[in-house]
Amino acid sequence: MALTKAEMAERLFDELGLNKREAKEMVEMFFEKIRAALEEGSQVKLSGFGNFDLREKKERPGRNPKTGEEIPITARRVVTFRPGQKLKARVEAYAGSEQ
Amino acid sequence: MTKSELIEVIAREQGHLAYRDIELAVKCMLEQMSQALATGERIEIRGFGSFSLHYRPPRQGRNPKTGESVALSGKHVPHFKPGKELRERVNGAFEERLLK
Repeated sequence: MALTKAEMAERLFDELGLNKREAKEMVEMFFEKIRAALEEGSQVKLSGFGNFDLREKKERPGRNPKTGEEIPITARRVVTFRPGQKLKARVEAYAGSEQ
Repeated sequence: MTKSELIEVIAREQGHLAYRDIELAVKCMLEQMSQALATGERIEIRGFGSFSLHYRPPRQGRNPKTGESVALSGKHVPHFKPGKELRERVNGAFEERLLK
């Protein structure tokens, strides 16, 4: 199972007493505001969790894996996530399957 | 944008909610996400992206000060894969700027 927006809204309803609609809107807005900041070109720093950084990639040679045809991969901006110390430490302790 | 700026941006649009409630909600969501990853659960947010764990096998490391060899055990690290909407919005804004 994976954590989804529905479960996050459920938690806000259970723990903070937001009504169902408010809880759903809150989760929606949380992710939307992070997307909007990144779209504007701002880094997003969530202490204790991690940073969403932007990186600009130059054009580089690529290939269509099906046809083998050479096509350049155009210059682009991408989002990367750097987990914070606290999150890294919590996850490192996880002793689950080595996948 | 920092966590407190994110809380402020949300507060501006959710005027009917107390600032304190928004602060608690943001902290609650981040804690739930951290907790999920700490217990090996994935996070899947459509249009935003997914978080999962990647395994790093054990390796021989070195103490950079003494040069001494140390055995490092295997560990998990968080990994984020941006979703389609996030990728397109971030790159779309960038391409528009390139064309100007």
